[in-house]
Amino acid sequence: MEFRNRDIISIKDFSKEEILHIIKTAKKFIPFAEGKKYSDALRGKILSSLFFEPSTRTRLSFESAMHRLGGSVIGVVETTTSSVKKGETLSDTVRMADAYSDVIVLRHSQEGAARLAAEFAEHPVINAGDGAGHHPTQCLLDLFTILNEKKRIEGLNIVLLGDLKYGRTVHSLAYALALFGANLTFVSPKTLEMPKEVVKECKNLGAKPKSTTVLEKAIKDADVLYVTRIQKERFPDPEEYNKVASSYRVDLSLLSKAKRNMIVMHPLPRVTEIAPEVDKTPHAVYFKQAFNGILVRMAILHLILGGKTR
Amino acid sequence: MKELRVQPIKNGTVIDHIPAGMALKVLHILGIPHKGAESIVSVAMNVRSKIMGKKDIVKVEDRELEPKEVDKIALIAPRATINIIRDYEVVEKHRVKLPKEVIGILKCPNPTCISNSNEPIESRFIVINDNPPRLRCYYCEREPDDIASRII
Repeated sequence: MEFRNRDIISIKDFSKEEILHIIKTAKKFIPFAEGKKYSDALRGKILSSLFFEPSTRTRLSFESAMHRLGGSVIGVVETTTSSVKKGETLSDTVRMADAYSDVIVLRHSQEGAARLAAEFAEHPVINAGDGAGHHPTQCLLDLFTILNEKKRIEGLNIVLLGDLKYGRTVHSLAYALALFGANLTFVSPKTLEMPKEVVKECKNLGAKPKSTTVLEKAIKDADVLYVTRIQKERFPDPEEYNKVASSYRVDLSLLSKAKRNMIVMHPLPRVTEIAPEVDKTPHAVYFKQAFNGILVRMAILHLILGGKTR
Repeated sequence: MKELRVQPIKNGTVIDHIPAGMALKVLHILGIPHKGAESIVSVAMNVRSKIMGKKDIVKVEDRELEPKEVDKIALIAPRATINIIRDYEVVEKHRVKLPKEVIGILKCPNPTCISNSNEPIESRFIVINDNPPRLRCYYCEREPDDIASRII
């Protein structure tokens, strides 16, 4: 299993064994991510943080992960103050960042941006979200969270809810969960159904995903409820957004119909799809899930930059 | 006596079994006619065919097209055959076969794919099935439904 200098573009680039290795490595970083232990495994290494689209969790957790490992971070957080504003191509920006650093973390609004960046950069590129495309570290932290909470994925009943058409996290996640043998149910408004290609891919991996618009029915046997925000920014037509904006809401009344140990996950930010009253219940793991992002990103940085063993 | 609509060629390449109506697209993919090229190119469209009902034929005189050069027409003509002619005789015959990747021929159908921006790259598609041809964009992973309409 070789991770050194590898690009992290899509979860599909990794085998099940490799994914499990990343998750196992991530677990070891818990005391470091909590600030209880200090690491200088990546001292002298520089991460370029190129975020051409807004992000809070992903950017902060990547930067935190790099700092926690003793490395440093340089970056572009908004395109209005960078040369992108002057019309520079992404490939030129990437070439420059590549010359200044040891690893590039990229978020961009266009699908395939990270693949392009990886072609132009000599150093590894980590995809932190490319439009409606991939977001592999989100997928890894989701898998980490499920494994940590449920100790397994195979055979679990997992419901993916919300915007399954435009939501980039659910496409990669559905694939990965099928790879690990979960029983999948997709719940969404008719107009935001899981794309056919994703359903087909899941089937090719041996899964038999079910699709419905009725959440109440799907939630009864669920072990995991993965909620996503209906993302206004991905809708080409604002009217289409208004029609479906508040289709589902997870609240205490809904949760009374669920198993007591069902966990509720969300990649965050949430808007109205999970009521704040859910936060205090044992079902809510979405803030833990956000913390797990640091662990997974520390593991990836450590693995691809060949961090010193502690 | 059978009337010959297009004369046999002495030397060159005949591309046969092109689906009816696709001949001009085939020429476009092959970049024919090249600027400054002098070889005669004949196109026959809607020719009767036992196997295909109707077909198109392209004849390029005095030029032997390399299989690699021609294989990409399998995108729109998966059953096409290539005949190399020398002194009126067919000396080589082969069926087109799609390469593993198709570069710079199609435009990705996804408007927000990075390959449709002003980056210094050519479009790139991975061939995931030969016949019927199925492609996946290397960058955004979208599969074009109608390949013929995506040819640049």
